[in-house]
Amino acid sequence: MINNVILAASTAEGGQAAARSAWLVIAIPLISAGLLLLAGRKADKWGHLLGVAASAASFVISLWVFADLLKNGSSDINLAWWINGGFTLDFGLQIDQLSMAFVLLVTFVGTLIHIYSIAYMAHDRDRRRFFAYLNLFVAAMLLLVLANSYLVLFVGWEGVGLASYLLIGFWNQRSEYAVAAKKAFIANRVGDFGLLVAMMIMLGEFGSVSFAAVLPDAAVLSPTTLTLIGLALLLAACGKSAQFPLQSWLGDAMAGPTPVSALIHAATMVTAGVYLVVRSGPIFEGAPGARLAVLIVGAVTLLYGAIVGCAKDDMKKALAASTMSQIGYMMLAAGLGPVGAVFAIMHLLTHGFFKAGLFLGAGSVMHAMRDQVDMRRFGALGKFMKITWLTMMAGWLAILGIPPFAGFFSKDKIIEQAFVAPAGQVWQGWAFGLVAMFGAGLTAFYMSRLFFMVFQGKARWTDDQHPHESPGLMTVPMVILALGSVFGGLILTVVKFDDYLAPALVEGHHGEPVVNAYAIMAATLVLVLAGAWIAWAKFGSAKAVVPVLPPAADGLVRAARADLYQDTVNHGLFVRPGQALVAGATKTDNSVVDGAVRGLAWLFLRTGGLIARLQNGYARSYAATMLAGVILLVAIVLAGRI
Amino acid sequence: MSVTAYLLLASVIFVIGATTVLVRRNSIVVFMGIELMLNAANLAFLAFARMWGNVEGQLAAFFVMVVAAAEVVVGLAIIVSLFRTRRTVSVDDENLLRH
Amino acid sequence: MNGLEMSTAEQVLFWIVGPITVLGASALLFSKRAVLTACSVMVTMVGLAFLYVGLGSPFLGVVQVVVYTGAIMMLFVFVLMLVGVDVSDSFVETIRGQRWIGAIFGLGLLVVLAGAVYRSTFTFVIGGEGAAGDNAGAVASLLFSDFAFTLEVTGCLLIVAAMGAVILTHRVRLTKPVTQPQLMAGRTKRGLRLTPPPAPGNYARHNAADVPAIDPSGRVIEASVPSSLRLRGQVHTLRGLSQDLLEDPPACGPKEVKP
Repeated sequence: MINNVILAASTAEGGQAAARSAWLVIAIPLISAGLLLLAGRKADKWGHLLGVAASAASFVISLWVFADLLKNGSSDINLAWWINGGFTLDFGLQIDQLSMAFVLLVTFVGTLIHIYSIAYMAHDRDRRRFFAYLNLFVAAMLLLVLANSYLVLFVGWEGVGLASYLLIGFWNQRSEYAVAAKKAFIANRVGDFGLLVAMMIMLGEFGSVSFAAVLPDAAVLSPTTLTLIGLALLLAACGKSAQFPLQSWLGDAMAGPTPVSALIHAATMVTAGVYLVVRSGPIFEGAPGARLAVLIVGAVTLLYGAIVGCAKDDMKKALAASTMSQIGYMMLAAGLGPVGAVFAIMHLLTHGFFKAGLFLGAGSVMHAMRDQVDMRRFGALGKFMKITWLTMMAGWLAILGIPPFAGFFSKDKIIEQAFVAPAGQVWQGWAFGLVAMFGAGLTAFYMSRLFFMVFQGKARWTDDQHPHESPGLMTVPMVILALGSVFGGLILTVVKFDDYLAPALVEGHHGEPVVNAYAIMAATLVLVLAGAWIAWAKFGSAKAVVPVLPPAADGLVRAARADLYQDTVNHGLFVRPGQALVAGATKTDNSVVDGAVRGLAWLFLRTGGLIARLQNGYARSYAATMLAGVILLVAIVLAGRI
Repeated sequence: MSVTAYLLLASVIFVIGATTVLVRRNSIVVFMGIELMLNAANLAFLAFARMWGNVEGQLAAFFVMVVAAAEVVVGLAIIVSLFRTRRTVSVDDENLLRH
Repeated sequence: MNGLEMSTAEQVLFWIVGPITVLGASALLFSKRAVLTACSVMVTMVGLAFLYVGLGSPFLGVVQVVVYTGAIMMLFVFVLMLVGVDVSDSFVETIRGQRWIGAIFGLGLLVVLAGAVYRSTFTFVIGGEGAAGDNAGAVASLLFSDFAFTLEVTGCLLIVAAMGAVILTHRVRLTKPVTQPQLMAGRTKRGLRLTPPPAPGNYARHNAADVPAIDPSGRVIEASVPSSLRLRGQVHTLRGLSQDLLEDPPACGPKEVKP
């Protein structure tokens, strides 16, 4: 059947048909979302099935389009071709290697998570609404990656932000969940501001924001302009991908149901920032300052996430910190130039599989342990949930970067590339390389800690827990994703992913790392195994004692438990001045503006009152006034005659 | 010189009459002040008549007198009728137009 | 009369009558009793009449005395009597600062008017006024020729004023007039005297209003003297009567006639 598909795509008309049908990929989930929302309670019986079907149809059509891409190369489609009469609207899709890689990831992993959600949300009466939002998210994300201009990308950008808000606050009966949704939305908004500024500068310089107009001619702009655009785009990416300094919303976003965390906050939406940076490669090529900023942001975030992840006892929050850290790796790679960008995308794809797998496994554990998330209350679950144990083990080994699992092929390459110094900046190679390597060690420690605390050691459960394996609808997607975690990196390397992606990126030159590549690989492996062994000793071995209550700890651990005080800093830096500004503005409005109006009225009243005192009713006072007037008149006439 | 002297006298009498209107409270006394002012004007008219050497000023003074007489009649009638209703002749007691 | 210079006689007249006039006028400001004020103003009017004559208009001088002093001021006195002469003005000022305002404005007006007078230049026409001495005739010839219409209108004004006074003082009778039988019935019910009171005066010796009549027993009849005099205590006592009346009071009826 695959042959027939490729055959159909290979003919010119078939190719045209495939590319022309790419809009269906977006339209089907969007229409499904609309139907599910409008149908209301009547659709509760079959709504989830429609949602899964829409996502699966999207995947099938994207396969067809992908086949056409492999045969015929990239194409550009104008969605507004039906408008005629001398007016052209530039709203279209761009089908190239980079976008199709994302499309396949989003639709495949998305469909798996849709299937998982049928069972996970089986007891929730709003399951239909959940699927509607999931479909909406898929449609918006596909629009984002298929866009052919920054404007269409922005439409998708806002769409995923909306879907994320709706899904994080899905159980908005709990006010803290609704607050978390608002926090995510506001942090995203700050990033959106950056994207808008970048688009405005592009519009001013080029008169258009489409990729075809901006990216090929990016080099004509001055480095200052390019740096400004680059920094603005970096701000947008930080907001969407939860990078420092806009990272505070990701931990709280775990308030949403676990499939949401898996799909949006692990595999797809948070990777949109990386997509933006990679897509805007030509801009960053001409702006070394912006590129350095990307590198620094990526490096800081990967360490930030790793440090926070080491101290978190909430399973989902630990995984969120891990996501933050891994995307930091992707940012670091994207900032290394086109060569690093390939590995960033490769890591993005493998990360999509193993992180989604880890999150689905966490959901399975929560399902078994009656929605608890405190890892100190787990332990020895491996014996009771074999499939979950095995799939999460696959994801764990993949994220550690143990060969031949998926993470090894992508993350190791990133670390190796990090050691490549640009011309004349040897310190950069050492600095970023060492940071990446150290981050790998920390990743190994905290991910192993998570795995051992949950599945190994002694059982530290609360009373009347009966952990059991999850139903098939949940375990089958987990198994598929685990297969991806095991073989994904291997497959990508074998099919030569870098050659595949090259047409979509700028021409890059390969540099040599400052240290031997094999030495790097060996050192990384040693660090990783050391981290895993320390975690085993503390949490996983039979002799290890894991306290049920978090033990008192020193400053760094306390800071890590409090997310390195990110909320305090945000509150002090932005919330308090903002509130003071609003209070000041309100007071000014009340006292100055309203006060001026009231003061004017008071002035008139008082003046009127004073003048009214002349009307005392006595004829003699009026006579006095008249006499005064007479004197004045005569005096004036007299003065005129002097 | 002579005209000046008579005019000054007329001014003094006029001022006294005006001040009476301002200061006194009995409405009949106030009315007398008004009559005094009219007389001062008459004096001025006659002084100017002598200056110009014809009797037109005297004629003007004559008419002023006639009109003053008519005015006194009506004014006193008003005061009497006010007294009949309010039982007071104080000017200050008619202050209903106060604010 | 030469207009440029005042003759000596005229100067004497001016400087004597002028201050008297001002003095009389100032009583308006400073006198508490209203009737005294009216009399001082009468003095002022007469003084002004003198000045009018000195200014070469005897006609107006006489008219001033007749109209102003004789008619207008009398009217004032009538109304004052009607209102009540014991209604005296309290000199406490009710409006704050009105005294000061009055003084300042008065002085201000004087200054301004004096300034106007001093700043003016006067043209003197010598030898006008036609036949010397026939002031009334000159006025009349001007009045009935050039100003005839004004004269007629002024006549209308007088008529209107008289009508206005009548209308203003007209009182609508709100109650039925009391008839004589009703009055008598009322007096009877209250036990008052039914006849008019006895006339004041004593026999044929005195008939002044403040001398009381004597009844046959030789006692004074209080009701014969007007009550206002009684209130003021201005009634003649019996001691003021001549001695022979006291010793030999006349009998009630006629004396016996001797053959």
